[in-house]
Amino acid sequence: MEFGPHLILAILEGAVGAAVLALTALGLSLVFGIMRVVNVAHGEFFMLGAIVAWWVATSIAGHPALGFVAAAVVAPLVAGGVAVLGDRLVLKRVHYDPEATIVATIGILYIIQQLALMTYGPEARPVEPPFNSRIALPWFEFGETGFEIYYPWGFGTTTYKLFVIGAAAVILVGFWLFLSRSRIGLVMRATQLDREMATAFGIPVSRVYSLVFGLGAALAALAAVLIVPIQQAHYLMGGDPLLLSFIVVIIGGLGSIRGTIVAAVLIGLSDGIISVFFSPTLAKIIATLLVALVLVFRPQGLFGKKPA
Amino acid sequence: MTLRLDGISAGYGPVQVLFDLSLEARPGEVLCLLGRNGAGKTTTLKAIMGLLPLMSGRVLLGAAELSAMPAHEVPKHGIGYIPQGRRLFTELTVAENIEVGLLARGRGAETREKVLTMFPRLRERLSQRAETLSGGEQQMLATARALCLEPEVLLLDEPTEGLQPSMISLIRDTVDVMRDAGVAIILVEQRIEAVLNLADRVAFIENGHGREVVDVEVLRRDKALLQKYVGI
Repeated sequence: MEFGPHLILAILEGAVGAAVLALTALGLSLVFGIMRVVNVAHGEFFMLGAIVAWWVATSIAGHPALGFVAAAVVAPLVAGGVAVLGDRLVLKRVHYDPEATIVATIGILYIIQQLALMTYGPEARPVEPPFNSRIALPWFEFGETGFEIYYPWGFGTTTYKLFVIGAAAVILVGFWLFLSRSRIGLVMRATQLDREMATAFGIPVSRVYSLVFGLGAALAALAAVLIVPIQQAHYLMGGDPLLLSFIVVIIGGLGSIRGTIVAAVLIGLSDGIISVFFSPTLAKIIATLLVALVLVFRPQGLFGKKPA
Repeated sequence: MTLRLDGISAGYGPVQVLFDLSLEARPGEVLCLLGRNGAGKTTTLKAIMGLLPLMSGRVLLGAAELSAMPAHEVPKHGIGYIPQGRRLFTELTVAENIEVGLLARGRGAETREKVLTMFPRLRERLSQRAETLSGGEQQMLATARALCLEPEVLLLDEPTEGLQPSMISLIRDTVDVMRDAGVAIILVEQRIEAVLNLADRVAFIENGHGREVVDVEVLRRDKALLQKYVGI
């Protein structure tokens, strides 16, 4: 295949990764931005979403779309519920102390991971996509007869991959509207800006924290539901999304939703393109290098605010 | 309703700042807390709001024991707080700051209208972020946000700090309106002139201990107490 179509394919693959990464990283950024908790267990909520999606999808007979829709509802609820439980039973008891919560979320990580291994097992299992038609993409060239459009062999994508990109975009816009227009969004933003003053105006901060921790996990689980028909569900699948989410929120600026989305697109696309043309390992090395550069030259991230 | 501090002790972690402090703020009066820096005036306001846990003692509003409630329940009983440095939600707009003020109490649109009528300049700035307002406008917003609670008790921590005279006069007018409406006001203020103009009674605090509580008339006649507790 020529370079042009090859590059477009890599960008499409990268866009799918970026879409899923934006959702996952948004959850992590939200939790850090509002609660100041570095949630090391975030990747496990992603994994939990994928595993629950497999369970739900395989236990519902009929068209795969039924199982997928059910999974898209149930998996975020389960992951969100587990996160709320973790918040109430663990994080609240350590008073959201930044250092203690890092250790606590490492504990939550291992509990979820080992429970998944004990119940789901070590196998990687696929979830059938709700639809998956192949779409051949056109390419063009200037030949002897002038401008020609043709369909190179292997140059195409699937309807499901395009759906993942579209669905993630809709969820991101919806979430932005929720944060900026709803009363709960206002309460969450006020809590983020000044926890003590939020309390002085009647906002139950610990309940807001539970909600935020649950929402962060639910976003990760929703991202996993979208990706699990492309990748397989596995009990160790949480590591990569966690690493990439940290890279994204550091580059975008901790707590900045706009920065998280821009950085997710940047990292997702570069990961896709470098993985296709070179190797996935090189993509991770470059992303990590980028984080190091951001930490040295702009520690608050691209869109983060400098601490006063 | 009368706000009563019944022998409260409070502090930050293991560091005790207030020692067995008792005070009373009555409806329709301005009680001013005076003392040197670090005497415990701001700590007293925070303890009333439930933002600092009490080591001992009680805070009562009428028969309701505020100190037995979670901190976020305190404003629901009509305790409005205007903190030192205003502590606005800087990245929220003026309208959103007012909306936060209305969350706990108040009568929604009616209260909002009343507050915006008191501070018409805020009406012109509703879609502006709080951090872009001038110092005086920020103080107006902090006051408006607290008044959205339709407070029965208002706690003001150095409200005239860094303001120009026209703004100080506006704050004074607002305090007068609230006093006339029967609100009990606890004011922490360093400017003696403002204290003598605004207060009905003055309570002196020294190293976290409550000392004399006197009518402001006594201070106007005799400045010896000011020399003793504030060093002026």
